[in-house]
Amino acid sequence: MTTAERAGAVAAVATPVLAVRDLSVSFPTETGTVSAVDGVSLDLASGEIVGMVGESGCGKSVTAMSIAGLLPGSARISGSVRLDGTELVGTRESALRRVRGKEIAYIFQEPMTSLNPVLTVGRQIGEVLQIHERMSRRAARARAVELLTLVGIPSAAKRVDNYPHQLSGGMRQRVMIAMAVACGPKVLVADEPTTALDVTVQAGILQVLRDLRDRLGTSILIITHDLGVIADIADRVVVMYAGRVVERAPVTDLFAHPYHRYTAGLLSASPTPGRHAGTERLQEIPGLVPVLSVQPDACTFADRCPAADARCRESAPPLEVARTGGTLAATGHLAACWHPCPQPRTQPEEANR
Amino acid sequence: MARYLLTRAWQSALTLLLSTIVVFFGVRALPGDPALALAGEDRSPEALEAIRRHYGLDQPLPLQFAQYVERMAQGDFGVSIRTGTPVSSMLTTALPVTVELSVLAILLATALGVGAGVLAAVRRGRPAEWVANGMALIGLSVPHFWLGLLAILYLSVATGLFPASGFVPILEDPVDNLHHIVLPAVILGTGLAAIIMRQTRSAMLDSLSSDYVRTAKAKGLRPRAVITRHALRNSLIVVVTVVGLQLGGLISGAVVTEQIFGLPGFGKMTIDAVFQRDYPVIQAVVLLTATAYIVINFFVDLLYSVIDPRIRVTGDPA
Repeated sequence: MTTAERAGAVAAVATPVLAVRDLSVSFPTETGTVSAVDGVSLDLASGEIVGMVGESGCGKSVTAMSIAGLLPGSARISGSVRLDGTELVGTRESALRRVRGKEIAYIFQEPMTSLNPVLTVGRQIGEVLQIHERMSRRAARARAVELLTLVGIPSAAKRVDNYPHQLSGGMRQRVMIAMAVACGPKVLVADEPTTALDVTVQAGILQVLRDLRDRLGTSILIITHDLGVIADIADRVVVMYAGRVVERAPVTDLFAHPYHRYTAGLLSASPTPGRHAGTERLQEIPGLVPVLSVQPDACTFADRCPAADARCRESAPPLEVARTGGTLAATGHLAACWHPCPQPRTQPEEANR
Repeated sequence: MARYLLTRAWQSALTLLLSTIVVFFGVRALPGDPALALAGEDRSPEALEAIRRHYGLDQPLPLQFAQYVERMAQGDFGVSIRTGTPVSSMLTTALPVTVELSVLAILLATALGVGAGVLAAVRRGRPAEWVANGMALIGLSVPHFWLGLLAILYLSVATGLFPASGFVPILEDPVDNLHHIVLPAVILGTGLAAIIMRQTRSAMLDSLSSDYVRTAKAKGLRPRAVITRHALRNSLIVVVTVVGLQLGGLISGAVVTEQIFGLPGFGKMTIDAVFQRDYPVIQAVVLLTATAYIVINFFVDLLYSVIDPRIRVTGDPA
């Protein structure tokens, strides 16, 4: 069996709804080009929730926005984004407009600023139905009430005529979700959907997203810098660093044994209840995410990495099944690291017990 | 709402009273004497004295003021010292001219200013923006009286497209009326159009880069719907504010424009009255202008809450 045949066989088993291949995005700025995303590939299967995690400025949001061609005209984009096999990169605006809101819908971070302050929420939800489903304004309003109920807004018939400022933060985010799922999109891109909300509200929002996946079979790409959110909701995780995917794994595998040094750093930098309890200082990753004008043929994490050596600075590690001594049967667990963490990360407390 | 209206009414009454006081004593503080202007050739002290007595100008000022306020309260604006006609009948002929001129100027300026402002914001960094910015700069820097003279010279005298001066009441001949008033209205509106354009442009640039416009795009809306329904609606508050604030400038501009185009409006009446020290006319004109100002600002405030549901008229802080 040749490589191509094998790839075909794999594709036949689970055709992804959304397939991103080798996506690169750069922006010309006054001080030169900034490379924001470099060769990102990821798949989203039907009904799957994939989490994308990384620090601010690692290219998560740019990746998300480029999926439906929402980046400003100045962005230079290469690679491929296929929705059910249809190429979206380089497609005409008019064709992309039919995809946006209907096939691929977005939920953004700040529900206060992301909703139009001068239109009622019913109008804003109805608008999507009016353009994509050719519904009348009246029918769209009636459907908006149903959608508000679906996302768990009490007395939706009254809320539909409210303006965003009359709703709480959590309610607003539910409105955003109702708007996003109005046309039953195949893919929902949620860019930091819970970041601006407090923890109890956050749990409610994640529950709504999970419900939608279960009931409507929507595939969800959830972008966050919060590992807790990932652990809570995602099936698979993509870790990004400085515009590249550095690790990709099923969620349990990633938390159990991260391969990439950056992922390991991220995990030890997030507090675990009980473990830190105010006694122990959280470990941080020294340094900052670099802003790159050219993506070097090197590991971009090398400068901050405890295990970096000459090889890391000379050639970029490919994203592949990590060689860690061959004891782990790593199914779909890939890392771009020359010196992956040698064994499953052992919890010191567990070792002590 | 009731409380808000009450507060507003009280504030308005106070403003009107203050402007009455300022104008009444202000015009009398000016050098010059209406008796002298009226006496003509016969400037004998006896003649002047007779004139002063006739118009009550020989009374002490506070008494004159009290009498004036009393008559005003009864709706009596008095009689023009210069012409002897009641001020109220002068107002009924002059007011429609100025109102028509100003309303037309505001409409033209808003249409032009908002249109050009939106265009400049949407076509940022492209020729359309440079043209719009250039026009706004010209509109702001060239004084209207000069622009008016140029317009008369080229559009009226040289080509005869528009009448150079004069006015036909709208009820007499609406077409001819428009023909007379459109050029002055355009000239009067230029400055306002430029200001509206610049404000609209910057407000649009803000809202076009906002999160809700990103959401609108992500919904798959056409650019036209994104621009009008989402970005422009959020920019309108700025336009309304600017128009409200510029109203004073517009009224003083109307005075000059009417003078240039020989329109028998409020402005001409004011200037004539000031030159002749025609106290009752000046007082009436100023009081009416102040009232117009208050009323229009009230409507502007009400309009705010129509445009932006976050703004509520309650009188107490939200």
